[in-house]
Amino acid sequence: MEKMVNFKINGIPVSVPEGTTVLEAARTLNIKIPTLCYLKGINEIGACRMCLVEIKGSKALQPSCVYPAAEGIEVLTNSERVRKTRKKNLELILSDHKRECTTCIRSENCELQKMSKELGLEEVTITGERSGHKVEVNTAIVRDESKCIFCKRCISVCNKVQSLGALAAANRGFKAIAQPIFGKSLEEVNCIQCGQCVINCPVGALYEKDDTEKALSFIDDPELYTVAVTAPAVRAALAEEFGYPIGTDATGKMVTAGKMLGFDKVFDVNFAADLTIMEEGTELIGRIKNGGTLPMITSCSPGWINYCEKNYPGQLANLSTCKSPQGMIGALVKTHFAQMNNIDPKKIRVVSIMPCTAKKTEIVRPQLSNNGMQDIDVVLTTREYARIIKGAGIDFKNIPDSAFDEYYDEGTGAAVIFGATGGVMEAALRTAIEVITGEVSDKVDYPQVRGVEGIKEFEVTAGGLTLKACVAHGGANIRKVMDEVKAGTSPYHFIEIMACPGGCVNGGGQPIVDAQTKAVIDIRAERAKVLYNRDANNPLRKSHDNPSIKRIYEEFLTEPNSHKSHELLHTHYEAKPKYK
Amino acid sequence: MSKQDTITNFDAVKEIVATYRDMPGCLMTILQKTQDEYGYLPFEIQDAIAEELGIPTSEVYGVATFYSQFSLVKKGDYLISVCLGTACYVKNSQLILDRLALELGIEIGATTEDYKFTLEPTRCLGCCGLAPVMTINDDVYGGIVPNDIPDILAKY
Ligand code: SF4
Ligand code: SF4
Ligand code: SF4
Ligand code: FES
Ligand code: FES
Repeated sequence: MEKMVNFKINGIPVSVPEGTTVLEAARTLNIKIPTLCYLKGINEIGACRMCLVEIKGSKALQPSCVYPAAEGIEVLTNSERVRKTRKKNLELILSDHKRECTTCIRSENCELQKMSKELGLEEVTITGERSGHKVEVNTAIVRDESKCIFCKRCISVCNKVQSLGALAAANRGFKAIAQPIFGKSLEEVNCIQCGQCVINCPVGALYEKDDTEKALSFIDDPELYTVAVTAPAVRAALAEEFGYPIGTDATGKMVTAGKMLGFDKVFDVNFAADLTIMEEGTELIGRIKNGGTLPMITSCSPGWINYCEKNYPGQLANLSTCKSPQGMIGALVKTHFAQMNNIDPKKIRVVSIMPCTAKKTEIVRPQLSNNGMQDIDVVLTTREYARIIKGAGIDFKNIPDSAFDEYYDEGTGAAVIFGATGGVMEAALRTAIEVITGEVSDKVDYPQVRGVEGIKEFEVTAGGLTLKACVAHGGANIRKVMDEVKAGTSPYHFIEIMACPGGCVNGGGQPIVDAQTKAVIDIRAERAKVLYNRDANNPLRKSHDNPSIKRIYEEFLTEPNSHKSHELLHTHYEAKPKYK
Repeated sequence: MSKQDTITNFDAVKEIVATYRDMPGCLMTILQKTQDEYGYLPFEIQDAIAEELGIPTSEVYGVATFYSQFSLVKKGDYLISVCLGTACYVKNSQLILDRLALELGIEIGATTEDYKFTLEPTRCLGCCGLAPVMTINDDVYGGIVPNDIPDILAKY
């Protein structure tokens, strides 16, 4: 049995398992202690000193985020001394912070702003030189050093969770700063633009490059035909931006809002997810039968593609040649859809709504252009989509649901789960097993590949073939799996890899949830539930049963991995240097 | 001397890491030894150390920039150090430093384009009796005034 420790917080007795911090213990009493640098399990370094508490008998105030509960101690979380010191510390932090809440991207969802309000800080009396000034704009991510409070959460996430080491705590003293290593830009180091640092930054120091104006200018131009396409994971989180609880399904309103914004069509990327299964499944079976490069690894996460090109350039042949669903649907809108509807593809603009920042780097790859046209013209993250909805004055809470437009409408249950780790694997199994055996299988659910465990292994036998598979998400898990592939010891046929921990539901473009909420709610699991519910409630559970998929092969592509598919739906990769 | 070349031979790094990797707190020692070997710690060297140790490059970089003893850029053949310790400072060593910067056409802390001189301020050198003091590699110059600088530089 766990050893319990008994002590008092503000005079209230509390009993918690040994090893619990005072911060966590207070939470069990519904007492919230303010924090800034704390990120559960990832950044527990006691740096910001905002969580200070008084321990009776101990001279100095102690940071509760790292202070372990101990038998018999008496903790005060709200004494005059605590309040004064916290305010002073906050003032110090704010004195080196560019305070401009009215025009800041994080206003109303900023841990620093919220704390300032909660502590009742009235003014900042400390003045002096400010340390950071530089604003660095990359393809997907912007760094604003004037807002950085040096909490180091981004550094820990990039190092420990993503195992990329793109950001470091450089220099010391007043000059200390969280910066890409070697004083370069993120684009010039090992950064994959996954945005995990962005969704874990407490303030407006890291954010997506805003492309909302570009998207709106397409809609405004009467000459252009604008198409919005939405990724599976967006519907699982968008509602949070409008005050709904985590885990709310926003599919119908998401579509309605797109139509109200003025898009000529709102299509579902889920359609292309089903298509990916057809193409990728066929590719996998081909590789197994014909002695192709194995394990074959999924290619739908552009953060992962960036990761592989920079860190495992020798393993590019293991990647599936399939474009991501975003790339596929973009290419089809400008060919198939344009032809069938007599629209000049040069006049079409595809705006892709994604849970991901790295998607912004994907669309500018030369491989994702045809006849001088990009498959996708602009990517908006879930957060940017919410901003243009708010900007247009659309009352999200009160708008009705609507359905996607015909041609590329909502896919099967197999497609919607692409947004969670293990989803692509499960979708692929549903189709591959039927293709291998030639029989309809009543097995649809593969709970073994679901859930947030970092590396999931799975084995299935069908038609005399044993398929060994593995699912990995988050850079550190990816590294373990890929080191085996590199060493030639990987036992798998097929690996699903997503750069972001939890998959796209927790992508770098998703709504930002503060650290204290994330300490108690696993947002990856809550958002994934939305997708698995949609899957369970969809009468079509397998990609090959999607009637729109059948139609596009009959009408346009002939068969999976056909010449036409290769031309439009497949791609190639290039080794890239880690440093420029 | 040539300009800052990219280093491609990491044999020495591998050897140094292999020798010290099991020592507790080995990173400091490894960085010191590597700097002794290559003269400075450019990013490709830091990356190679990280790779050998199996730690993120950002950790190596964090330590390398935290301590002033490490240099990330290649230094000149001659390191000019001007003491800004109290004894020297009150004898106007700042003026010496400024004059050097003017003569060399570089900022304090920088290296001349031909990688001949690097100019740095330093703390007390322990020979305050000679104040103001400057050193050029192993040569010590004491009791100097700004107008001595051109002649001193001409010797190198
Ligand atoms: S980061 Fe937060 S506190 Fe700072 S300006 Fe933006 S909203 Fe305000
Ligand atoms: S975007 Fe991803 S890889 Fe780049 S610095 Fe942030 S966490 Fe690291
Ligand atoms: S960029 Fe954000 S997460 Fe990183 S240290 Fe600065 S404030 Fe913290
Ligand atoms: S020191 Fe505890 S939250 Fe920063
Ligand atoms: S102060 Fe310059 S040598 Fe001591």
